Order: sequence, then structure tokens, then C-alpha cells
Amino acid sequence: MKVHPRKILAPLAGLLIVGLFWEWLVWYNQWPTYVMAAPSDVGPRFLDFYELFAVYSWQTLWRTVAGLMIAIVVGTLFGMLMGLSRILNDALYPLLVGFNAVPKATVVPIMALLFVGQHDFNTIMIAFMISFFPISVSVAIGLSTLEPEYRDILRSLGASRFTIFWKIALPKTLPEFFGALKVAVTLAFIGTNLMEIVEPHGRGLGHLFQSGRINSDYPLMFAVLIALALLGIALYYVVVMLERIFAGWAVRNPT
Amino acid sequence: MTNLIEIRNVTHAYRTEEGPLPVLDGLELAVPENGFCAVVGPSGCGKSTLTRLIAGLMFPDQGEVWLHGERVSSPRKTVGMAFQNPVLLEWRTIMDNITLPLEIVAPRMSRHARRERAEALLALVGLEGFGDKRPSELSGGMRQRASLCRSLVHKPEVLILDEPFGALDAFTREDLWQTMHQLRAEESFTTVLITHDLRESVYLGDQVVVLSGRPARTQYVMQIEDPVPRPIDMLYSAASVEKLATLRHQIQIAQGRAPAEEAAQ
Ligand SMILES: Nc1ncnc2c1ncn2[C@@H]1O[C@H](COP(=O)(O)OP(=O)(O)OP(=O)(O)O)[C@@H](O)[C@H]1O
Ligand SMILES: [Mg+2]
Repeated sequence: MKVHPRKILAPLAGLLIVGLFWEWLVWYNQWPTYVMAAPSDVGPRFLDFYELFAVYSWQTLWRTVAGLMIAIVVGTLFGMLMGLSRILNDALYPLLVGFNAVPKATVVPIMALLFVGQHDFNTIMIAFMISFFPISVSVAIGLSTLEPEYRDILRSLGASRFTIFWKIALPKTLPEFFGALKVAVTLAFIGTNLMEIVEPHGRGLGHLFQSGRINSDYPLMFAVLIALALLGIALYYVVVMLERIFAGWAVRNPT
Repeated sequence: MTNLIEIRNVTHAYRTEEGPLPVLDGLELAVPENGFCAVVGPSGCGKSTLTRLIAGLMFPDQGEVWLHGERVSSPRKTVGMAFQNPVLLEWRTIMDNITLPLEIVAPRMSRHARRERAEALLALVGLEGFGDKRPSELSGGMRQRASLCRSLVHKPEVLILDEPFGALDAFTREDLWQTMHQLRAEESFTTVLITHDLRESVYLGDQVVVLSGRPARTQYVMQIEDPVPRPIDMLYSAASVEKLATLRHQIQIAQGRAPAEEAAQ
């Protein structure tokens, strides 16, 4: 894949300008670090704790990805059930909406109590719960909007339901699926961090944020935020890359 | 002569929330092997329902559908379908769209043989060299040509066309009519064409069947004896003009308008 230099330079320039502005703002207002830390305070924190950052970033990352994977499997499954059957759609949709409407911040402490000490499990579950809704809705919509002509052509040839699903319905929902996955990635990330912050003796970047707060190490808290942003960007672009590979036809030919 | 398609006294009703909706009522239709039957009728009278019965996608409440001496009781691999919407898959090339039926009907056929078959059809419809394009890179008429190729790629006995040219402009439509005649000259299939265009029915059909308004019965059958392939001028002959007038009158009867209009005159 060829990447135009502008595609890399432009975002870097954007980053630099925002960073400088941030530095200037803090300097101009003479804010102490507990109000707002400047990039020059935050930078050294990465160097001081680079080992912790590496380990905790990894923990946050894999748990988010694990939650997402489960969300993809379960979300796609629900989406298939709802997209292929009117009755199941009517039965499941209100449930899903209700489930999604519950603020996850309230579920976090419940989960933490329900499975005390199961840090990995709890975190993954929250990441999953928060992110599977958009996936199932998008798959359901993609499947239920399949033109009946496709089905007739294949069915008149004696194709099974599975063949029709595999050859037509599934590929056809991929653009919607990836659209939803982009939203889900960010959501899963929020879920992971919520749990990491709330759980005592937790792990991951959320925990590092929490220890920054306990020790009044404000620059560290800001450093964690930046690390989270970087991880979020990285995950998002992984999804964009997968989208290019598997649903590039939809990106290339918007109709 | 044996008929490849025979529809005997078929009656069907859809079950809707407001109760049964009768769409076909004692419909009769017979198309000889390699024949071309054009079906016209008022909008919503049950023409698409008829095609679904022939394809074995559904079964009539009463009466029988016979294909090639066998009663239709399940979908058959010997049917090809094309619709007003060409429904080509955007993630496949034109070539891979056309070979899709072969993936289902003849999974063991080699990739090379599939491509060869598709290339031959593409050449026949004037799409030589477009196999590697994506559907969105083609014009509406070209997509409809590709859709015709897909419906014929597995050498079906029966070709079902549900208003395939309905959405095209008049010039493109006439081009495709001629393509249709070329396909008939090169390939062997028995066709049922649903159309709203009487000129199309006369130019393409060996037989034009007029259906009554819903529930549809066979109201009128006209034989078109002109040898195929036909020049487009055929439509302007005195005999054709007369046939068109007769069909137009029959359609008006089917719509329930003709007797009233005659009384007014
Ligand atoms: N699956 C279905 N369930 C209930 N009613 C249906 C169904 N499919 C079609 N109908 C109704 O049956 C009637 C005939 O439908 P059909 O599609 O066969 O008509 P048509 O002659 O093809 O119409 P058009 O000229 O608009 O293509 C219509 O009134 C339609 O609303
Ligand atoms: Mg129709």
C-alpha cells in the first residue's frame, strides 16, 4: 500500500501545533501542574515510568482487544438472528436497546463486586458489553436490507440458506460492520479504562491513572491520558486497515 | 409438440394480515421448447408471482406447474433469472458476478472453464474485455447485459426475465432487444419475459400472453409468427401495428377501462 507523505506529515504538524499551543497556554496562564500540566511536564513522566507504561499499555490493549473480539462474535451472532428473523428481531431489539441504555459506569462497580478479584475477566466483560451493541445493530440492518432479488437468484439454483448468507449477505454487510467496529473500538477502550480505574489493585493504564491521582502526580495523569489517546488512535487505524482489506470495494466506490 | 413450460389451471392467494389476497386465478400458460413467451398485464396483477412459481421458489395453492415433463416441487438448477434491478455484487468483478451461478450449480467445474464460458457470453452481449471491471464502473445498460450473462451462464433450460429492460432508456432498450435475439440464436433456452412494453413483447415474443387484472387469468394469447432474429423494422410493418393495437385493446380490457371507453365514444 502506498502512503502519500502528506498523509503522515499533516497529522504530525497538527500534533505539533496543538502541543505548542498547549505549552503556551499553560505558560501564559502560569497554571500550576495540579490545574493543568504542560507537555514539558508530561514528557519526562513517560521517561520516568517507561517500563510501567509499556506493561500497563499492553494490559489495557490486550484486554480491550479481547473484549472487542467477544463483542464481534456475540454482536454478529445477535445481528444475524435479528437480521434473518422478524420474530427474533422484535423479541431482541428492545432488550438490546435497554441493555445499551444503562450507563456502563453503573455496571462497572456491579461487575467488580460480582466477580471479585477477576480483574482480567471483569475488564474484558465491560469492554465487551459496552461495544457489542453497535455491531449487532449494524449486522442486523445489513442483513435485513438485502435485496430479495439476490435471494431469488441463488435460491432458484438450489443454494442453501447458508450459501446465500456466506456468498452474499455476509460480504454485503461488511461496510456497515466496519462502520460499527470503528465506533465499537473506542467504546471498548472506554469500557476497559472504566474498570481499570474502579477496581482496587487493578492493572492497566486506568490503574496508572488512579495511582497518579492518589499520589497527586498530576503530570503522570496527563501522561496516561496521552498514552490512552495514542493507543486509541492505533486501534482505530488497525480497524481502518482491516476495512480497506476486507471492504475496500465499498470505500473505493461510494454510491 | 411438447411444451417445456406448462402451467395448468394455477390459482394462488397470498396470506396477508387482511386475509387472503387472490393473485392468480385458473391461469394457463404453455411455452414450447426454445420458445419465447412475453407476458403483459396490468401493474400488480401477479406477473412476478407467476415467475416465482415457475422458478420453484413457491408453489401454487391449486393447479400445476410443469417444466420439461416434471412437476415443479422444489427450486431447480435449470432456471436462470434476471430482474429489472441487475443486482450485481459490488465486491466481485463482472467476471466473478457472472460465474456466481456456476459456483453453486457446478462447484467442481474448473475456474478456467468457468471463465471461458463467461468470456463467451460477454462477447455475445458486447461486453468483451469488461470482465475485470466492477459493476459500478458500468452503465445501466451494460449492467443489465452482465445480468443477462449471469442468468445464462449455467445453460439453463428456462430463462425468466422480470422486466429486465424496464429501467433503461428507449435506445438502450432497443439495443438490448437485439442482443436478446442474438442470444437466442446462439444459445438454447425457453423464455418467459414479463414486460410492460407492448412493442417489446411483439418484437421479442413468439407468443404474447395478456393477463387480466388481479387475480390474473390468461385473458388473451397472440402468436407472433415472424421468423427470428427479427429486424427492428419489423415493428413498423402494418401487421405489427395491427397486433399492437389489438394488444393495447386487450390491456385496456384487463385494466377494466376498455368497455367504458367504448361506450363513451
Ligand atoms: N409476499 C407477498 N405477500 C403478500 N402479498 C404479496 C406478496 N408478493 C406480492 N404480493 C401482492 O400480490 C399482488 C401481485 O404481486 P406481483 O408482484 O406478482 O405483481 P406484478 O404483476 O409483478 O406487479 P408489477 O407489475 O408491479 O411488477 C400485488 O398486489 C402484491 O401487492
Ligand atoms: Mg413484478
